[in-house]
Formats: sequence, structure tokens, C-alpha cells
Amino acid sequence: MLVYVVNRFLVAFGLLIVVSFLIFALLAISPGSMETTLLGARPATPETIDAIRDEYHLNQPFLVQYWYWARDAAQLDFGRSITSGDTVTHVVQERLPISFALAGYTLLLVLVVGVPLGLLAGIRHGTRADRVITTFTVVGMSAPAFAVGLLLLYVFGVELGWFPVFGAGDGFVDRIHHLTLPAIALALALGALVVRQTRAAALDVMHEDYVTFARARGLSRSRLLGAYALRNVSLPIVTSAGFILILALSGAVLVESVFSLAGVGSLVVESVTTKDVPVVQGVALMLAFYVIVINVLIDLSVMVIDPRTRYSVR
Amino acid sequence: MTVSPEIITESRVDRARLRRLPFLTAVALVVALAVTVAVAFGSLIAPHDPDAQDLILGASGRSAEHWLGTDDLGRDVFSRMIVGARAALLGPLVVAFVTLVIGAPLGLMAGFYGGRVDGAISRGADLIWALPALLVAIVVLGVVDGGYWLTVAVIAFLSLPHMIRLSRSATLVQARLPYIDAVRALGLSGPRIMSRHVFPNVSPTVVATVLLDFVGALIVFSSLAFLGIGFEPGSADWGTMLASGKELLFINPWLLIGPGIAIVLTAASVTLLGDWAYERLSERDA
Repeated sequence: MLVYVVNRFLVAFGLLIVVSFLIFALLAISPGSMETTLLGARPATPETIDAIRDEYHLNQPFLVQYWYWARDAAQLDFGRSITSGDTVTHVVQERLPISFALAGYTLLLVLVVGVPLGLLAGIRHGTRADRVITTFTVVGMSAPAFAVGLLLLYVFGVELGWFPVFGAGDGFVDRIHHLTLPAIALALALGALVVRQTRAAALDVMHEDYVTFARARGLSRSRLLGAYALRNVSLPIVTSAGFILILALSGAVLVESVFSLAGVGSLVVESVTTKDVPVVQGVALMLAFYVIVINVLIDLSVMVIDPRTRYSVR
Repeated sequence: MTVSPEIITESRVDRARLRRLPFLTAVALVVALAVTVAVAFGSLIAPHDPDAQDLILGASGRSAEHWLGTDDLGRDVFSRMIVGARAALLGPLVVAFVTLVIGAPLGLMAGFYGGRVDGAISRGADLIWALPALLVAIVVLGVVDGGYWLTVAVIAFLSLPHMIRLSRSATLVQARLPYIDAVRALGLSGPRIMSRHVFPNVSPTVVATVLLDFVGALIVFSSLAFLGIGFEPGSADWGTMLASGKELLFINPWLLIGPGIAIVLTAASVTLLGDWAYERLSERDA
């Protein structure tokens, strides 16, 4: 058990090292010499080139360059943005609040709407409600988040004019107003997955003997749901939560771009298209860290929730 | 005291399912056929030359001449949508093919041989599986500037784990069954058992997974095209059209709605066909 946990952390750490090396190598494989990439729009005089060479240790071997970069990165220092000259850490910090707000809003929608719909579809299996919900999940899973976002933007932003079409707004109420369409777009794609998982889990649970017995004892439907179904359904939902949290990253990139939100997701696209390599590296490493941590947390929490898995990992 | 509703609905459910599937599947089939025709004959059936510009007209809304209006260069949106089917679907087709000829055999080998072979294949697949595919594609393709076929290669690589994992678990179920022991006792070689005896029995999973991988790749490709990464600007594929539609939202919304619906309909239809194929193929064995 303990061996497994320690082992899991070691693997995660090794993975982080490998991924960080690949991310650092991005600079070398991007077209053009490293000096011109790092200079960006600044004039390429011998003095500026020398300064860049000194600053990024470009006269040293590649592995030494990586060591310097990784040492700084471990202290959250990723250098400066080529386009704005600001530190990468500061650029990312400015973007975080909007992304967190969007993520929280989306999570709320998925949990409050997605899980009950999945339970309903699973318990009322085969009824019209189930069919309608299932058909919608097929569409939700097939619809790219940006297409849904653009359609929502057109219908509710342009035609009906209920919601603003870009920006994130100031203050709490205004921000909620601005983030409603993006959150719905993101929640539709992720929610479809959650509904399917919950439905499948609820279907399994409803066929268990203890549910038949509980029903035979005359327990009310709501009590059956709360005390038996929901608890047993939670395990597959938690396991798929990790997958969804990682999928949400890709979705956020698209949705933030569609609604012109200045979040971390749109920062990825902006820095990639402007070839702002230090920002790309910084954001990519932070997101890689996030993905690795989520994977470890999911593995560990499954072990905590379901005691059966603890025996099999020894 | 009433009889539990579940007992009554049970028979109604089965009939309802039988009625429902063919109808939705038929719709999906029609959509898939229409899209296939567009991919195959593209410019032959388009009412206008998709690249013919009409700069005086510029962007315009729906009209009898241009069913879905025109874009900023006066090009016919409907024709560009039909011709764009090829650009939008070629990549996903290649990706689906790669998962079939590389992913499925790897999954079969992992499930069939087990042990060290399984360890190596599965660990590699798990590693890639944990990555957010679209994000990796954005970062790599955006920085490297590799063009269309590098985009195809990267997405194919990132799509492999899904097929490997699913075909592996389907194979694991088969490998325990007595008929495998029987053909082994007959002295058949591993590859022969896998291709002649295991593969036919895991084919429902493989077929359904190939179709799902196609849908996944379609979504990733159109997302990348929408963000302008890995695609030429101005090319007539659905994702690129959507991106330009965002700027002309107030003049001709159909530039946005048309390709958007094309992507969603194609993806949903293929998903439904995948579900249907899986059910039909597994029924055959039962």
C-alpha cells in the first residue's frame, strides 16, 4: 500500500522531468535560430544577440541550458514574454481569475444539471425522458465546444441579445452575466459525458439485489435514490472526474477563444500564434503539472473510496 | 397498491428500443451518405465555383442565388461547405485508418500475450492517454509549423491509446475462453490465432472504436482549424470557415451556422452508426 503510493509519486515526478525536457526542447525545434526566436520583434544587433545569448545561456551545451531553465522553472521563474516583456509568471497570474471563474461556474452547472439528469435517465431507463436525454448526450459529445459556443453566441448574444458577446465583465454580477454563455458551452460538452457515466452507473445499481430488496421493503423512491443509488453511483463518477477535469482544459482553450475571454486557455493560443516561446513553455509546464497531479489524485482517491482496489495493487 | 411501474414498462421498453433505433440510425445513415457524396464529388455537385470571388457583392446574407449567402470575398458559402467536406474529413479518415491498422493489432497483442508485451504496450498507451490531446496538438503544431500531414501524424499518435485500451480489454475477455485453448492445442501460431480467431470476436469493439476515433479526430481537426493552427488560412474546410464566420456574424450568420451544423451532424451521425454497428455485430455472435 505505502509502497504503491510512494511508487506512484516517483513515477509522477519522473514524468514531470521528461515532459519538462520535451517542453524545453520546443524552443530548439521551433523554426529559426533560438536567438531570433527569443528576440522576437526586437532589432537583431550584435549587442542584443549577445545579451540574449548571455541571458538564456545559449553559449552552453543544451543540457546545461535545460538545467538552468528547469532550476528557474521550479521557482516559478519562466523568463520574460517576448511580446510584452512582462514576466511569464505575471502574465499567467493575470489570466488565472477568469479561467477559475469559468471553471467553477461550469463545474456547478455540470453537477447541478448533469448528475440529476443522468440519474433520472438511468432510473427511468427506457422511458421517453431517458430517450430524449440519451439523444442529447450523443449530440453534446459530438459537438465541438467551439461550435456550440459560436451557436450560443449567435442565438443568445446576437439574435436575442440576452448576453454580452465578448469580454469577462467587472464585478460579481456582471461577470456571471458575461460568463453564462461560455460556461453553458463548456458544460454541454463535459456534461454529456457526466450524464452518460451517471446513467450507466445508475442502470447497474438499479439492477442490484439490494435495490430490489429495498424496493420490496417499500422504501420511497426518493429514499431509494438518496441512500442507495447516489452513493454507489459516486465511484464511477469520481473515476471519470479526472478524465473530465483534463478534457476541460482543451474545452476551455476553445471556449475562451470563442468568447474573447482573457483566460489561460486563450493565452495558450495567443502565445503559440505569436511564437512567444517563453510563455508557451511556462503555460505548458504548468498545465502538464496540473494534468499529472490530477492523475495522481484520482488514482489515490479511488483507493480511498473503494477498499477493494487496495488489495489488488499490492 | 399498484404494480411497480418498472415491470410494466419492461416490455414496452424493448419494443420502443426496436422502433427507435432504426429511425435514428436511418437519419444518421442518410447524413453519412450525403457527406460521403460531398467528399467524393465535391466540386462537381457544388452549385457555384467555391473559389469564385465577387468582391463587389462581398459578404451577403441568404438569397435565391446564394442559399447560405457569401463570405467576405463574395464566395458562395454553400458551395464552400460541400467542397470543404473533403478537407475537413480527409484527416479524420486517415487517423481512423491508422488506429485500425496500428492500434488494434497492438491492443490484440497486449491482451493476447500478456506479461511483458502487455506491460510495455499498456504503459505506453496509459502515458499518452493521460495527455489532453487537443492541447498537446496546439502547442506542438503551433510552435513547429509542420503543415497538414504533421497535424495528421500528431493526432493519429495521440488517438492510438483509445483503440489500444479498448481492443486490449476485449481481447482479454476472449483469451480466457476455452476455444483459444483448443486452437492452441491444435498448434496454431500466435499471429494466426489472433488474426483468424480472436479478431473476428473483438471486431464489434474494434469497428465501434474506429468510428468513435473518427469522430474524435474530426472534432480535434476542426478545433485546430478554427484556431488557425496547422491549417492554411483561407482554406475551405469547416473549421476555418467557422473562424471567419465569427467575424461576419452580424452580416451573414450562415457562414457560422452552416459549417457548425455540418460538423455536429456528421459527428453525431457517425457516433450513432458506431453504437448501432456495435449492437448489430455483437448480436450476431450472441
